[in-house]
Amino acid sequence: MNFERLREKLNILADAAKYDVSCSSSGSKRTNTNKGLGDSSGMGICHSYTEDGRCISLLKILLTNHCIFDCAYCVSRKSNDIKRAGFKIQEVVDLTINFYRRNYIEGLFLSSGIFSSPDYTMERLIAVAKKLRLEENFNGYIHLKSIPGCSDELMQEAGLYADRLSINIEIPTVSGLKLLAPEKDHKDFIRPMETVKNSISIYQAEKKLFGKTPVYAPAGQSTQMIVGATGESDKDIMYSAVHYYSTYKMKRVYYSGYVPVLEDNRLPALGTEVPMLRENRLYQTDWLLRFYGFDVRELLNKDHPNLDVDIDPKLSWALRNLQHFPVDVNKADKHMLARIPGLGMKSVYKIINARRYRKLNWEHLKTIGIAMNRAKYFMVCDSKDWERRDLEPQRIKSMILQSSQSKYQKMYNQQLQLF
Amino acid sequence: MTRLIYDGSFEGLLTAIFQVYEERLQDVAIIPVSSLQPDFFSEDLRVYTDANKADRVWQGLKPFSLLRQMIYKAYLREAAGAEKSILEAVRYVLKTKNEKDYGHPAILQLANWTKEVGREKHRTEAFVRFKRAKDDTYIAVIEPDFNVLPLIAKHFKNRYADQVFVIYDLKRDYGIFYDLHKTEFISLDAARLSNLNTIIHEEERGYDAMWQDYFKSTGIKSRVNKKLHLRHVPKRYWKYLNEKNPD
Repeated sequence: MNFERLREKLNILADAAKYDVSCSSSGSKRTNTNKGLGDSSGMGICHSYTEDGRCISLLKILLTNHCIFDCAYCVSRKSNDIKRAGFKIQEVVDLTINFYRRNYIEGLFLSSGIFSSPDYTMERLIAVAKKLRLEENFNGYIHLKSIPGCSDELMQEAGLYADRLSINIEIPTVSGLKLLAPEKDHKDFIRPMETVKNSISIYQAEKKLFGKTPVYAPAGQSTQMIVGATGESDKDIMYSAVHYYSTYKMKRVYYSGYVPVLEDNRLPALGTEVPMLRENRLYQTDWLLRFYGFDVRELLNKDHPNLDVDIDPKLSWALRNLQHFPVDVNKADKHMLARIPGLGMKSVYKIINARRYRKLNWEHLKTIGIAMNRAKYFMVCDSKDWERRDLEPQRIKSMILQSSQSKYQKMYNQQLQLF
Repeated sequence: MTRLIYDGSFEGLLTAIFQVYEERLQDVAIIPVSSLQPDFFSEDLRVYTDANKADRVWQGLKPFSLLRQMIYKAYLREAAGAEKSILEAVRYVLKTKNEKDYGHPAILQLANWTKEVGREKHRTEAFVRFKRAKDDTYIAVIEPDFNVLPLIAKHFKNRYADQVFVIYDLKRDYGIFYDLHKTEFISLDAARLSNLNTIIHEEERGYDAMWQDYFKSTGIKSRVNKKLHLRHVPKRYWKYLNEKNPD
């Protein structure tokens, strides 16, 4: 194998693919039944972590960074003067297999710049996946990017070999897309999502009917939005996320703080800080919607189009709705427990399990590991000792902020810095 | 007080528990022979490991599958005093049937150990790095905090059904070997261990380099967060991670 040439390509094409956030390798049920290589039936595994703290689970590369499009937010855009390269199909297959055998990765995440036509590009991506599955007996995880504007037939074929398919909507608003990627049509993004959603539901129906039928994209589909490139509000982002979750049955929507890579007057200037805190708040909101039973309209609405920066969305909701509190941890149901700020779902289940045997007081809650800093203002337990003062929301907020630390503090500290 | 001295094996531990019930011992401590210290005020009894008795205890605990899990993992945790918590938990659960009562100190302790061992198992599954030898065997060396090798064997066997591999725990001086049909525990002598590096295929250097390159180019410089990085990959694991050891 010619390692030198391959290394050069890998450097270029991994570098260009790193802005794709998705790295999940879970949710598939592909077992190793044929004495082949790999098994992706268990939970996802992160084999390493980059220095920015993100997990490395899949070999994330572009097939090529040649592209006929000129989207303002993208490093690989046509007018950008960078080194270009392209893998041969066999090279990607060999690299994946060899990395997998050494336990470096859970599988392959393959994306690509669009060369000649969307269909041609998609065909090449499918060819890699097909070769891995049929010739190499590979049962590891494969995540393929759907190419905007490719035909339905190709999307149907892609799902037969891939575990997950995704297409990045990138810009949450149609007007933003017009501004930054004038050659791309919003419909070209929606069409593949629609096809994947339909094929998955057909597969599920057929499975019920016949028992055995070829698996289609068992880990579902996902999408990604850039945050902070076009001045959209948190409400715009989360409402469209909810739209994708419900309409296209997305497994995940990812939010990616915009990293300025190019000089362009339509975009934030180079050197602008990546909005990581905002990204974090959006993910917290996403979790509240998917696992905590919140409705997006409770968290973001006309009066609150943006999330608070200094406190998390659940605390912010609780402070606006103090009439629901305090909650009695010995009596409240799961849904109400989940709404107490500072309690995660794990803590909720711990409480529910522990209160079967005895009434819980502060001491018990502490032993089973419940974080009290925020929660103590919002709950009562089997003790006479609880927050009786009728505190104003502002006061609770300042008491919580005083007793906590955050590495983002400098971003929202309103006190004037002298030095 | 009575002290039951067992050989340190899991079956030995279960036999000791059997003996506690058989002889109706009240004031009793179970101690592995490796950490035995003289004590003039206690009566020492030797436990003779008996597969039959061990199995009877294991079968007796069958209705409490969660407790069985916790006992096994607490044993693999290799903590000082594990036997004490295990015995207390067994007594409490057999009496009250409440294996999920985390309000009980022994059960909470076992649950915490179980969590620690589970975490270490998952990390080991992630951080094993194979190197291909000249004879096509894939070799990995590990030094996990706890004795997780028995727990990870199945995972690797399912995953690498078509490759011969060895995962060797240097700290505890034993390993697992898979020969395309079954996994078995092996033990290598010092000479063969020091030989390991010489039988590695020369193309490994190419893959090391590519993986290191990939590791570097997939990170985003403007988002660097070393603290988070260290929390996910603590330094004690770096020794055998090739991406953290560029030459």
